[in-house]
Order: sequence, then C-alpha cells, then structure tokens
Amino acid sequence: MANSVHNQMVKIDASGVLHRELNAKLRDEVANGTQKIQIHNVYGQRYIGTDLGKPVEIEIFGTPGNDLGAFMDGLRIIVHGNAQDGCGNTMNEGEIIVHGHAGDITGLAARGGKIFVRDDVGYRAGIHMKEYGDKKPVVVIGGTAQDFFGEYMAGGILILLGLNLNEGTRHRANFVGTGMHGGVIYLRGGIEDYQLGKEVGVAQIEEEDCQILQKFVSQFASHFGYDVGEILKHNFCKLFPRWLRPYGRLYAY
Amino acid sequence: MKTYLPPKFIVERDPNRCTHCQVCINQCSFDAQYHDSKSNEVKSRGENCVGCHRCVIFCPANALNIRRAPLDYRENYNWRPEVIEDIIKQAETGGILLTGMGNDKSHRIYWDHLVLNASQVTNPSIDPLREPMELVTYLGRKPDRVELGPVGTRCNASLYLKTELPPQVKLEIPVMFAAMSYGAVSINVHESLARAATEMGVMWNTGEGGLHRKLYQYGNNTIVQVASGRFGVHSKYLNAGRAIEIKIGQGAKPGIGGHLPGEKVSAEVSTTRMIPQGTDAISPAPHHDIYSIEDLSQLIYALKEATNYTKPLSVKIAAVHNSAAIASGMVRAGADIIVLDGFRGSTGAAPKVIRDNVGIPIELALASVDTRLRQEGIRNQTSIVVSGGIRNSGDLAKAIALGADAVYIGTAALIALGCTACQQCHTGKCAWGICTTNLALTKRVNPDIGSRRLANLLRGWSLELKDILGGLGVNALESLRGNRLHLRGVGLTDTELEILGVRMAGH
Repeated sequence: MANSVHNQMVKIDASGVLHRELNAKLRDEVANGTQKIQIHNVYGQRYIGTDLGKPVEIEIFGTPGNDLGAFMDGLRIIVHGNAQDGCGNTMNEGEIIVHGHAGDITGLAARGGKIFVRDDVGYRAGIHMKEYGDKKPVVVIGGTAQDFFGEYMAGGILILLGLNLNEGTRHRANFVGTGMHGGVIYLRGGIEDYQLGKEVGVAQIEEEDCQILQKFVSQFASHFGYDVGEILKHNFCKLFPRWLRPYGRLYAY
Repeated sequence: MKTYLPPKFIVERDPNRCTHCQVCINQCSFDAQYHDSKSNEVKSRGENCVGCHRCVIFCPANALNIRRAPLDYRENYNWRPEVIEDIIKQAETGGILLTGMGNDKSHRIYWDHLVLNASQVTNPSIDPLREPMELVTYLGRKPDRVELGPVGTRCNASLYLKTELPPQVKLEIPVMFAAMSYGAVSINVHESLARAATEMGVMWNTGEGGLHRKLYQYGNNTIVQVASGRFGVHSKYLNAGRAIEIKIGQGAKPGIGGHLPGEKVSAEVSTTRMIPQGTDAISPAPHHDIYSIEDLSQLIYALKEATNYTKPLSVKIAAVHNSAAIASGMVRAGADIIVLDGFRGSTGAAPKVIRDNVGIPIELALASVDTRLRQEGIRNQTSIVVSGGIRNSGDLAKAIALGADAVYIGTAALIALGCTACQQCHTGKCAWGICTTNLALTKRVNPDIGSRRLANLLRGWSLELKDILGGLGVNALESLRGNRLHLRGVGLTDTELEILGVRMAGH
C-alpha cells in the first residue's frame, strides 16, 4: 500500500480477497495513517475492522461477513448493505451504522460503542450486553427483532423502533429480555406480556428516558434520514430487569 | 429453622498449652473459635469448623487439633452420611447444592494403575546429575513437514529453517498453572502464579475474569482466557498474553456456566472484569456465538485476527463421552492447543450434582483423544494439554507417556499456597486467603512467599521428571511423549487397557 497518502480516503476492492488478506490490508492502511477507507465489492469477508484500534472510518459497500467489528475499539464502520451475524461482537468502543438488516447476536457481549441498524435484526440481538463505568453500549434498531431480544442483558441500552410495523401490528419476538439483569430496553410498537421473559418488568417512560431516546433516536434519524419528531411521537415503553440478581436464590450454601 | 446438620469436626484444645492468645479467633474465618468474656477463655464451636487447619498451623502454642466428629449413623451403604446431610441441606434451603474443589468420589484413579518402565542391563539408564535432560516443550501447531535450506559458503555451511512456523509457546517445564479467575481467587494468588510462572519459564492462565492492570508486566508468561461471559475481554487484554484460550468447558462442571456472586465482585474485581461492583457476573452455559464446530472456528479466527496471527489459540473443553470426536473437530476448526479437563478438575464453585456425576476420567479422555488424532493424521496440528487431578510428577510423566504435551495444575498449585482441599471455595471465606476477595483474608497470601512456594514445587517436579527420564534411558521428554510402551497397567480390565493403549504389567 505504498501509494496511500496520509489522511486521504483510500479505496480497496475486496472482490476475490479472503478475510485474512483484507484485514492485513486494512492494518497496513491504518498503520500508514489513513483515516478513511472505502471497501467495495465486499462478499461475506469476516472480521472486518477487528484489531484496528484507532478512530478511523471504514465504509463498506456490499455484504460484510460474520463478526463485523468483533472486539472493535474505536472505529467507525458504515455498511451500505446488510450485516451478518455477530456484528459488534464484544465491542469495546466505536460505532457501526448499517444501512440495511443485521443478523443474529448483533452486539453480543458489547461493553461500549454504538450500533445503528436501519432495518431488522435477527435472533438474540443485544445478548449479554454489559456496561462498566462510563462505558455503555447503545444499539438502535429501526425495524423489528427476532426472539430472545436482549437476552441475559447485563447493561447498556437497546432501542427497538418498529418503524416497519404496520399500524395495529406488534413485534413478533418472544422471550424478550429473558434472564435480563441490567440495562434497559425501549420499545416503540406493541408487545404483549406473554412475549416477555419472566425476568422483565414493563414501565411507562419518564423524563429521563425521553432524554435518552431523544439523544439516540436523533442520531439514528440523522444517519438514515428520518424525522426524529415523527418517530418520537409514538408511545414507547420501557423494559427493565425486575431483579438485579435473578439467580441469587438458586443455591444452598 | 433449626438445622439438623450435625457438626463435621471437633476442635481439640490442649488446656495445658492454650494461652488464650486469640490467634485462632483471628485466623478462623468460619467463626469456629470465640472468646468467652465471662470466663476470659478462648473456646471453640466445632459445628462451624470446616477442617481447613488454618488455626492448627498458626497456633503459636501448638495447642489445637482438628478431628472428624465421630458421629455414627446406623450402617447403611445406600444412605451414607453425605447423602443424608445433602438432603438435610436442601430441605433447609431449597437450593442447588454448591461445592468447591474437584470430584472427591472414590472413582478409579487410573494414574495409580499405571506404572512406568526403567532401563535394566540391556540398555543403560542415564544419570541426570551428570547429563543434560531436555524438558523444553513447545505448544502450538506444528507443520506437516519442514524444509531446510543451506546458509553460508560450502566449507562453512549451516542449515536454516525455510518453513515458516506457526506461533509457539515455549515451556521450560511441561507444567502450567490452570485457569483460575480473579474473583474466584484473590489478586495475590494471581500475582504469585504470574511471578512463579515467569521465574520458571512456564505459563499461568488468567481464567475468565480479566487481567489485573498490575499483572500486564508478566504477559509473556500469561495465557489470557476468553469465556462465555467475555469479562474484561478487550483488544489490549487479548494482546497482553502469550496465548489465548477459549474456555468452552471445565471438568468440574461440564456443560454449565458460572455465577460469580455479587458479594465477590469487589471494587478491584469490578475494574478488572469491567462490570459494576456488587453485580453478579454470569457466564452463560454456552458461548452465544458458538453452536457448532464451524462457529468455534469463527471465534478462533476472530481472536487470531484480533491479534494478527501472532498467538497460538487454545480451546479448553471438559472431558466428556465424545471428547475424541469433539477434539478432532476442534483441531480442524483451528485450535493450536487443545485442553482436556477431566472430571477431577477443580472449581471455585459448582453444583455438587454436576461435579460429582458429569464427565469422564482425564486418563481415558487423553488416551482416546491422542489415539484419534493420530489415526486421523492431525496430531501434529495441535498440542494436547491435560488437567484435572494431576497430583505429582508421577502423574505428569504418565500423562506425557499417554500423549499429553503438557499439563495444567490448579489444585496442586493452590495446595502449594496453603490450600488444604477443605472444599469451601464457594463460600468466599477461605481462611487461607486463596479463594476469596475479602481484603482481610486475601493478604494472607504474600506474593513473595507464594511465588517462592510455587516455583519450588515446579523445581521439585522437574528434578523428579529428569530422574524418571534418566531411568527410562532417554534424555529428552520428546522420547517419552506419547510413548505408551513405557507404561504398563496394573489391576485393569482388558477394555480399560485397550482404551488406554497400554499393555498389562508382565507383558
């Protein structure tokens, strides 16, 4: 990558390139001081953006493979297409913006950073997300989610907007928040009690929640060209863990 | 509710020796010693005693002894005292019985039924006091073949390795300290392990609770672990160690996850695990991104990518019925090291029913995995590390002969630090300051002394291992590794001998 120039945007053609090669190229670019990278013709290469650890921006055109931004620490990734499974796996810091759908376990075990998905996510999104100190992961999903949304959640913020739900229909996910023992889920669009995990409580949103929603839904809207006021006009509800230690009474000592 | 549990131990105090100095009161974290202000005497509550011997060892007057309470039930092979008392505990609490340490049941210990060979007359034994003995072991994937190329001029030619080797971990002695997380054990235990490993040229393992910032300096002798809870896992942590281990299972509790109770998540544990203080640290039973061998491969390569292919990737499983087939899949998924943890493997806390009933003996798992990988021609692609009840250098030598590249020791290491295997790890009250995060207790392990004791243990084992090798007439561990002809079985059935791949003694 001798021809790359500091601070300039670099384009990489990923067609026919394996993930190991592609990531090696990205490492070289970032080591050379490149701040912005466009990757074109991405066809399922995994682990894009892992091990870069610098606040650079990567724009992906195509379909990145599983574990996009796994263990990510400070990057900004914009996907023009759909993301696959494990997007943001164990992410520490940074931002992933998906102009499309994302697959299963989006944001698995994330400890920090933000993920914005314009459309739907697969099963178990936000599973075992946690938070620590000033680190608080935020996942905002424009569409709807599959079962076990927010399972085992230990921290962070999940926002599910249901923008693609028809009037009068509700989210389809079951077992939402099963095992949840931290963090908060905001839902726009209907959900029935039987769809929730037994560790989850439902509450009306309060002023503090409105501020959180205003902040992150605005960011979502600006990424994807929505009107934030229009989105926030609808009713939201808040799902919270009923117990911080749901498994505290399991044992005989 | 009045407990129906009888006392397990009797604290004997020699009145002629006891000076009522109250050291035993301070040492006992289970409240089994107290000061009676009326009589101004130190007295004992045997019902609280767990038999850890802390007071006995630290009594300056040698006035104390602990005995098992001689309470007899009517003889009954089925309804033994342990069975009865477990039911009493559950009737009083309605919970899952928790316990610490490894399986304590009387299942056959195969190490005790295997014997090693020695040279007599027809080939000479070697004197390790006079001749060098090679114990150095490299863990990691080995290439199928190596190519050498010449260097230099013809009259001064030497060879260099043309094949690029995958990353390896060098061990001076084939013994490593098993994964024990910070939170389960104390920071001083971690520091003792890290310093001893560094001094002796072996590895210690962080366990799944992250790496305390002051221990990053020992990174070159550290294996960092990634488990289902992903606690304290970030790129700096992954890059800090010499190797990365994915923990799938643990011999003491195959198939289930772990709960570090909020009480043990102190300020420092919270910082290292990166979760709020006082919250439960829940490690789910499965990794949520691993449901198949293909998924395992995905995480292996995610971690390889995250560390730019500079570190060997280890995968640890509990030894279970189909270990051989699973191990084959693990190797093909990209595991450079596979760790098998047998059913004697220890734990800081596990449901008793799981610890005592799930998993298989490590000797059988090791033999069948080594055999299977050889049959498939992929044994060179991985190193095998075994753990779960390795007690001494005899077990170590037999494990190497059965096909292990190295062993992990957990309980043996803790015993070097003072543990007496009293099985109270899950209470968080360890009087020896090992398996606790209570600051008043953790300072009982002094890392200067702890690392010395651990290093001494390793030195002792390495000297013994050299003696064993010399007796066999070989001067390198490689000559013993996987060489089951050096083993014979005693008191084993044909099926057992067949699985172990060893012949009956006398053959």
